[in-house]
Amino acid sequence: MPTTFFEWIPFLWKKYWPLLLKGAWTSLYLSFLGTSIGFVVGLLVAMVRTIPDPPKSKKVRYWLLKAVKFLCVAYIEVFRGTPLMVQAMVIYYGLMKFASLRLPLIVASMIIVGSNTGAYMAEIMRSGIISVEKGQTEAAMSLGMTHWQTMSCVILPQAIRNVLPSVGNEFVVNVKDTSVLNVIAVSELYFVGKSASGTYLKYFEVYSIVAVMYLIMTATLSKLLGRIEKKLDGPSEYQVLNDEEEESDV
Amino acid sequence: MSEPIISVEHLGKSFGTNEVLTDISFDVSQGEVISIIGVSGTGKSTLLRCINLLEQPSYGTIRYHGEDILSPHFDLAHYRAKVGMVFQQFNLFNNLTVLENCVVPQVKVLKRDREEAEKNARNYLEKVGMLQYRNAKPSQISGGQKQRAAIARALSMDPEAILFDEPTSALDPELIGEVLDVMKNLAANSGITMLVVTHEMSFARDISDRVIFMESGHVVEDDTPAVIFGNPKMPRTREFLNRMLKNQ
Ligand SMILES: Nc1ncnc2c1ncn2[C@@H]1O[C@H](COP(=O)(O)OP(=O)(O)O)[C@@H](O)[C@H]1O
Ligand SMILES: [Mg+2]
Repeated sequence: MPTTFFEWIPFLWKKYWPLLLKGAWTSLYLSFLGTSIGFVVGLLVAMVRTIPDPPKSKKVRYWLLKAVKFLCVAYIEVFRGTPLMVQAMVIYYGLMKFASLRLPLIVASMIIVGSNTGAYMAEIMRSGIISVEKGQTEAAMSLGMTHWQTMSCVILPQAIRNVLPSVGNEFVVNVKDTSVLNVIAVSELYFVGKSASGTYLKYFEVYSIVAVMYLIMTATLSKLLGRIEKKLDGPSEYQVLNDEEEESDV
Repeated sequence: MSEPIISVEHLGKSFGTNEVLTDISFDVSQGEVISIIGVSGTGKSTLLRCINLLEQPSYGTIRYHGEDILSPHFDLAHYRAKVGMVFQQFNLFNNLTVLENCVVPQVKVLKRDREEAEKNARNYLEKVGMLQYRNAKPSQISGGQKQRAAIARALSMDPEAILFDEPTSALDPELIGEVLDVMKNLAANSGITMLVVTHEMSFARDISDRVIFMESGHVVEDDTPAVIFGNPKMPRTREFLNRMLKNQ
């Protein structure tokens, strides 16, 4: 049996690395899918919330939009105002109790992380949309573009680009926050750590390994996301095309 | 006289209790080049923005070929496509290249196919001398180039009229010329109706068919450049011009 910390670490790693890596992988793809779902949900909610109010004379549309906007705000408030761990319990056991639905853990996790992230993303996206200069919308309107055309061709591409750092940040946060899914027995990295430390009662040693694994994942992701952002900005130079190139270009 | 393209009839606009435009009336005929002059804060931008319905008029009527643009059945998108606008701050779409700025509105609003839209865009970009910069993003070109591209974008819709809101006021002095040249060329050769808010007195005097002088939300005088610059009827017009011409 190992005796010191520095003997325990390789010993535990040798014994549990397949389990730990599997847990890490689960954390990673749950947070990726959860963030992706949250991104889409947040985008949709933010788009609804930024629809300009129709004239009061169009009663049905006016009140319908008001109602939908209210639901969006309620959604955001509920999911930002309660802990993710509580949301996990309520959604998972709630579905079981009232819909007699025993969802596969992966699907349940996705719903939980997706809804939670969606609420935060909705506000991130909205701030991104609002921060696009007003002149952009006015120019689009002055050309006859509709609200949706303006959104899809002009505003959202700029808004999404501007909030990309925050979106990446949500992803990194989710890699860590999926650890609360252990309360519904999803075998992500934290949960795996719990099982692995039980056998030899070596909590400190196992969780040191787990911590380093989280750190490696989040640091790699941050680096990667930074690269992607740079790529999306396109070339920083453009070609001034002279007349000869003009010919061959057409 | 042909029937006017745009008629402004007793137009008024208030922001809260602040009345910015009071009882403005004038007609714009096909092919006319009209300069609107007056000190800052007089409501010149608000007038153009009302004509394009970026602002809702508080009272009065605006007609386009006799049709009330404020009527609920009016085809606003088509109207805006046919009456373009060029802004002081250019407002090119920052996420699109110069070429795409000119292509996308044609495709989306006029439902032109891409090929046709691109051909049209290239034609106008060449006219304003911006074809070689077609792959640049707005952040990569100068103010004068941005404004020329914005003019090409407006032209790409093949509009009947273009509203210019101080198109050279945000430009460094050495860049004003290139934009003015494009506008002079348009006025002389395109037959497009132009409504130009400007502080460039040379443009108002030498290029336009008509000059409207505004003061605190009113049209004070509306006449030919010869009368306005040579022998204005209103003393306030004369005062304004004396001040402007001294400063230039
Ligand atoms: N959105 C707005 N809300 C309130 N006041 C406005 C708004 N836009 C313009 N104004 C006011 O209307 C007046 C006329 O402005 P503007 O039309 O921009 O004048 P100009 O273009 O002749 O300089 C100014 O006093 C300005 O403060
Ligand atoms: Mg102005």
